[in-house]
Amino acid sequence: MSSSEGNYLHIVMPDQISLGRRNFGRFIIWGSAIFLILTVLLQSLDQTNFLTFGFENWRPTLYSYLLWAFCLCLGQVILYGEQGKRRLFILPAVLFVVSVVIFPLIFALGIAFSSWNLSSPDGRQFNGLANVYQMWADPFYWNALKNMIYYTLAILVEYVIAFGLALLLNTQIKARKFFRVAFLMPLMLSPVAVSWMIGKSMLEARFGPISRLARELGWENPSFFGSHEMARSVIMMMDAWTFIPLMMIMILAGLQAIPKEMHEAADVDGAPPWKKFWEITFPLMLPVSITAILIRIIFKLKLADIIINVTSGGPGGATDSVTSFIFREYRDRSNVGYGTFLAIFYLIIIVILMTILIKIADKWMKPRY
Amino acid sequence: MNKQIFHDTAKDLSFKPNWMFNRLIIYGILIIWAFICLFPIYWTITTTFKAAPDVMKGNIVPWWDFTPKWLGLKSLGLSPNTIFVENTVREEFLKRFWNSTIIAFSSSTIAVALGSCTAYGLSRFSYRFGFMRNSDISFFFLSQLILPPVVLALPFLVLYKELALLDTRIGLIALYTLTVLPIVIWIMRDQFGSIPVELEEAALVDGLSLWKAFITIILPIALPGIIAAFIISLVLTWNEYFFAALLTSSHAKTLPVMVASQTGSQGIAWWSMAALSFAAILPLVIIGIILEKFIIKGMAAGAVK
Repeated sequence: MSSSEGNYLHIVMPDQISLGRRNFGRFIIWGSAIFLILTVLLQSLDQTNFLTFGFENWRPTLYSYLLWAFCLCLGQVILYGEQGKRRLFILPAVLFVVSVVIFPLIFALGIAFSSWNLSSPDGRQFNGLANVYQMWADPFYWNALKNMIYYTLAILVEYVIAFGLALLLNTQIKARKFFRVAFLMPLMLSPVAVSWMIGKSMLEARFGPISRLARELGWENPSFFGSHEMARSVIMMMDAWTFIPLMMIMILAGLQAIPKEMHEAADVDGAPPWKKFWEITFPLMLPVSITAILIRIIFKLKLADIIINVTSGGPGGATDSVTSFIFREYRDRSNVGYGTFLAIFYLIIIVILMTILIKIADKWMKPRY
Repeated sequence: MNKQIFHDTAKDLSFKPNWMFNRLIIYGILIIWAFICLFPIYWTITTTFKAAPDVMKGNIVPWWDFTPKWLGLKSLGLSPNTIFVENTVREEFLKRFWNSTIIAFSSSTIAVALGSCTAYGLSRFSYRFGFMRNSDISFFFLSQLILPPVVLALPFLVLYKELALLDTRIGLIALYTLTVLPIVIWIMRDQFGSIPVELEEAALVDGLSLWKAFITIILPIALPGIIAAFIISLVLTWNEYFFAALLTSSHAKTLPVMVASQTGSQGIAWWSMAALSFAAILPLVIIGIILEKFIIKGMAAGAVK
């Protein structure tokens, strides 16, 4: 995930920006900022019943924020001319992401250390570290975290299958387009629909075609969500089914980028196919493989839809992922405070682990030949 | 002239059956996997037309072991004899379908617009915001991918309640834009990186302004990447369930939420669930078949440097 610095476009354009224009630019930026601050102040006063203006919601703040954001973008062009136009390329996205990620994250930190049940009338109450203790003693949360480790390890198997399929697709075959489209299909399907199509109907114990097949093969009472291990592996398989195409396509793109001369040279030297794979294809594919696996891990850590809809965590939390656990924590108990704390804790774990992984991956990605 | 110069040696001849055998295995595996990929879709389509006894007997091939009936489509009010009659289920379904369409299209459009500008800026100019250089800004955007939705979900629930955005399309559009933005930037950065800077230099020398050069010259060249990014965003936003389940209740409910709320309540009436699931996946199946090239291009972006 290292970013490459491309060659930049260097342009020098002289700008004559008059004093009046500069003042106008400053005026709209600061004017709208002061307006925003005033709105926030008035609304918070209103919220704490200090003064009554009768605001129904925080929409006015939202609107004045949008106004400020717009004025800030406009002001860049007015103040800095050409330089400002360049900033205009990334400024809107930065403002958008900051307002929908950074601000809610700070807000989430506030919620995380409070007891807040949306269904109770008490509202939000700061409760210090009580959520930490509750989490520490919550076996189901730790169980969900443990499941996430299993789910993540399953990626290795997915990777092997995806690599195999990509190798096959890369050989000289007829009807390659058909196979590509067919293999891509699972990725296009909505996980919710998949959880009915496979989880609820095909795996249904009495009438599902897979259960029938299992019975034909001699399994007396096929039950796919009975035992812990079975249920977990079935969820893993369903998730693998949807996401193998993603890895497969990335690996296929990597395979197609390997220069043909490499294989020709190996052929001339008389290398057997197996050796050719281990000595040429696999090492050359290492960077692509690592990227694919990292992206897959990122998607895996968000795994929830299938679990929520097929097993809702059962049996006994055996299939719970962190996301589905927190989803139920909110759905069943409307416990926003505790749920947010669990989510923040999960985020911290993910950020630490992903940073380590990316650091290791960067080292591995460096070609060693 | 007709004299054969090259002859197959014994070694070459033994190679041939070997080659045939290899082919057989390759095609065998490919066909088995294609079957694994396609069977659930086939199963859903056929189950739409099955009556209860067919479901219980496990009939699979239409016209051979069961006669298709209009049960599934009838339950959605879309079968030939119900399509012109008032039907509440169909109203509901069309409303959800329309919600999903609007939300997926608007958020993908916004994400592609914002994302391609950002990716272009990052690939062409060097920025400095405080300590942040270009690579830091890129990382800032791409790191949003790691953020699990569950971290944002509950704060947004509370925030949207205060902002009166709960159960509105705009609320979902903003969140969905956020979830696909890093992917769009990832794809578009790759795309712009492959376009030579000399193009804009020539355009600027010819007197075009920066934004005009971007819109009239660079964007058309980058169109395949834009389409790829758009389609992938569309797939992700159309299928999104988690945020929709938490943040919508009646007005802005999307199709996946409707599908999820129907599962389990139907008993053996599989045909109606099958019809609903099928309707939910159909648009993307069609897009997948027609625009497969772009999807693959988009997903391969960034994998190969």
